[in-house]
Amino acid sequence: MLDIITNMLSMCIPFSVALLLASLGEMFNQRAGVFNLGCEGVMAMGAFVGMLIPFLAGQGGAVAPVYNVLGFVSAALLGVLFGLFFGVITVTFRAPQGIAGIGLQMFGVGTAGTLFRHFVGGTQSIPGISDIDIPLLSKIPFIGDVFFSHNIVAYLAYILVPVAWYILFKTYWGLKVRAVGTNPRAADSMGINVTRTRYEALALGGALAGLAGAYLSIAQAKMFSDTLISGRGFIAVALVYFGHWHPVQIMGGALLFTFAQTFQTVVQSMGISFPYELAVMLPYVLVIVVLSFTSRNQTTAPTALGKPFNREIRT
Amino acid sequence: MDNRIRSLKMEHITKRFPGVLASDDISISVGEGEVLALVGENGAGKTTLMNILMGLYQPDEGRILINDQPVRFRGPEDAFKAGLGMVHQTYMLVPNMTVTENVALGYRNTGKKRYDIKEVRKRIEEVSSQYELLVNPDAYIWQLSVGEQQKVELVKTLCLGARFLILDEPTSALTPQEVDELIVLLQRMTKELSIIFISHKLQEVKALSDKVTILRHGKVVFSGNTSEHSPQEIAAKMTGHEIILPRNAGSAKAGATVLSVENAVVMSDRKIPALNGLNLEIRAGEIVGLAGVSGNGQRELAEAINGLRKTESGRIVFLGEDIANCSPREIIDRGMGYIPEERNTEGIVPPFSIKENFVLKDIASPSFSSNGFVNGKKIDSTAEKLVSRFDIRCPGIDTAAGSLSGGNIQKVILAREIERKPKFLVAVYPTRGLDMGAVEFIHSELLKIRESGIGILLISEELDEIMNLSDRIAVIYKGVIQKVLDKNEATRERLGILMAGVKEE
Repeated sequence: MLDIITNMLSMCIPFSVALLLASLGEMFNQRAGVFNLGCEGVMAMGAFVGMLIPFLAGQGGAVAPVYNVLGFVSAALLGVLFGLFFGVITVTFRAPQGIAGIGLQMFGVGTAGTLFRHFVGGTQSIPGISDIDIPLLSKIPFIGDVFFSHNIVAYLAYILVPVAWYILFKTYWGLKVRAVGTNPRAADSMGINVTRTRYEALALGGALAGLAGAYLSIAQAKMFSDTLISGRGFIAVALVYFGHWHPVQIMGGALLFTFAQTFQTVVQSMGISFPYELAVMLPYVLVIVVLSFTSRNQTTAPTALGKPFNREIRT
Repeated sequence: MDNRIRSLKMEHITKRFPGVLASDDISISVGEGEVLALVGENGAGKTTLMNILMGLYQPDEGRILINDQPVRFRGPEDAFKAGLGMVHQTYMLVPNMTVTENVALGYRNTGKKRYDIKEVRKRIEEVSSQYELLVNPDAYIWQLSVGEQQKVELVKTLCLGARFLILDEPTSALTPQEVDELIVLLQRMTKELSIIFISHKLQEVKALSDKVTILRHGKVVFSGNTSEHSPQEIAAKMTGHEIILPRNAGSAKAGATVLSVENAVVMSDRKIPALNGLNLEIRAGEIVGLAGVSGNGQRELAEAINGLRKTESGRIVFLGEDIANCSPREIIDRGMGYIPEERNTEGIVPPFSIKENFVLKDIASPSFSSNGFVNGKKIDSTAEKLVSRFDIRCPGIDTAAGSLSGGNIQKVILAREIERKPKFLVAVYPTRGLDMGAVEFIHSELLKIRESGIGILLISEELDEIMNLSDRIAVIYKGVIQKVLDKNEATRERLGILMAGVKEE
């Protein structure tokens, strides 16, 4: 029994990384007043490029770690491009963000799948990156397995939680981001460039979504397929609301969701007679239920979320 | 470096917008330590002129001089650097950030490169003690009252180095107590600063300013020393004709009770009781003014009467029947009229045209539709009639109601409610933020409705408005009626004491 629990919990951290990265990125977008429903599409592109580079380098065989790094870096850069592209549509041309985001999602997922068939063809696996056992700590029973024997990117992603908190609440840039997402008119009157700040936040959000995708293909699945992302981008958007735009609460949400997911796989593998279709639904139902009970606390929300800013128009 | 602003002049400023001459050869001048009141009706061009001064608009003609040197502001940053600071009518604060963070947002404009929140905090404390502007630097903006937020705006502007303040209608959202405080505060500040303040409340202009410049239709119609002119003179120059606010001179000929609220208990948004067993009776043909500091249950009372808020216990008897917790539709159909507090969000549907807003409550009635089809001609003719009868200044009845000025929006609401021939009217802050001409119009309409035998509950923070119009004045404090006074028993002092919660023997 303890084995099962250890097993279940030790999957939580590595499996939650993609969600965590994507939702932290989405948090920056939304704090600046733009929600990017295209997160899923950016993740798909990141996953594809992230996998393509080590795959081409090694033709399916072993590769030097530098190619994995290169995969992550290119995924992040591609994410930046997608973020800026989304900025052109929603910030400069002030298109409705929901529709633009759905467009970006379809574009990203479709393009990634098409390019994958062109450059890779069928299912191909890559060696990916392996887990690192942290000396001493990983030897502690239970705790070692759960916390201290994961891949390097997982550790980095979790270090990003306090870093994101620091950026958002303790730096001038974070202050600007929060201001343009809540009262852009006030920010404008203080000489802050609303458009530029929103672009910057979108670039950062895109980079993190790209990294999240690359994590899925390089570190988690060690392959790419059309269904690799399977809704994680949308869950990431939901987690931002769930976590009240706060990095620590978002991390909690990512872990809770991942736990529900591993729980259902474990339940299935234990052979308990329970319709598996319902078990698979569990994490998603959980998100909906939790979201409906989350308090609508207007005091922290970026109230200009979804609203394009136009200095000339008085509202 | 001597960076004092000894004089500021705007000379022959002209600004054209498509189809409008917003500023027509305007000149103003302010010396060191002076307070200039810029007065005029809504749309007279006051805010445009200040936007030019702050660099938000470029003038087509004319120039700005500081200490007799011509300056050019390409944007607000240039104006900041020259030492100008503006407190906008709608506060430019970010609600989910602290006071310190809000100030820090603009701190780069003072030439600081490093982001040091502690230094900003220290600066706030310096400024707030220097000017006795008490603010808590760690409070979030959403926790503060409107009056406190205004202090934050002032502190912010001063922290960012302003030596010349522009205040755009600083009192329009304040309670009377807060207004008195602000006036004292600004009087103290004039020892070190020059101020331009925009207003159309003449008591304030008298209390504060040294000089007054009156704008009408984009032109200066008068400039002079405030002390030499009475508020009546200034008002007349502002509107172009003598303004005498109408008074309720009628003797009480009130009829039967129309509305009585009995032991009503109603919760506020924060789920605490806002009305604690309130009792109030209003008869046909009388205006009952509800005086009180805002936040003592006025909004909740108005909403409960109109079915927009749940009545936990007690009764609201309208024409002999209990309407507590009836749906708004039922209450409207029984003849309740309502001028809501938020005219832009509750009173009209802003993107809808004027004519659509006129028939919002009656679109389903046989006069405007039959078998599910609307009668466009009937709606148009009614709308034309109302627009001319209420003198609503608009390009046409198809104009979006939200694009009108505050006074005209209020006229649209009033026209709709009166046209429905209500049996009772609840008017909540009906003249808040309106200019004198519009106030005069609304007041005389309310008195006309009263004459026709309709009971009115008038909720207002303006004691003058309440005292001018009411037959009886009820003072509300913490969700109960402190006392109901007859109009000739009421004095400002007595009302003020009752509003502060002091019980009379």
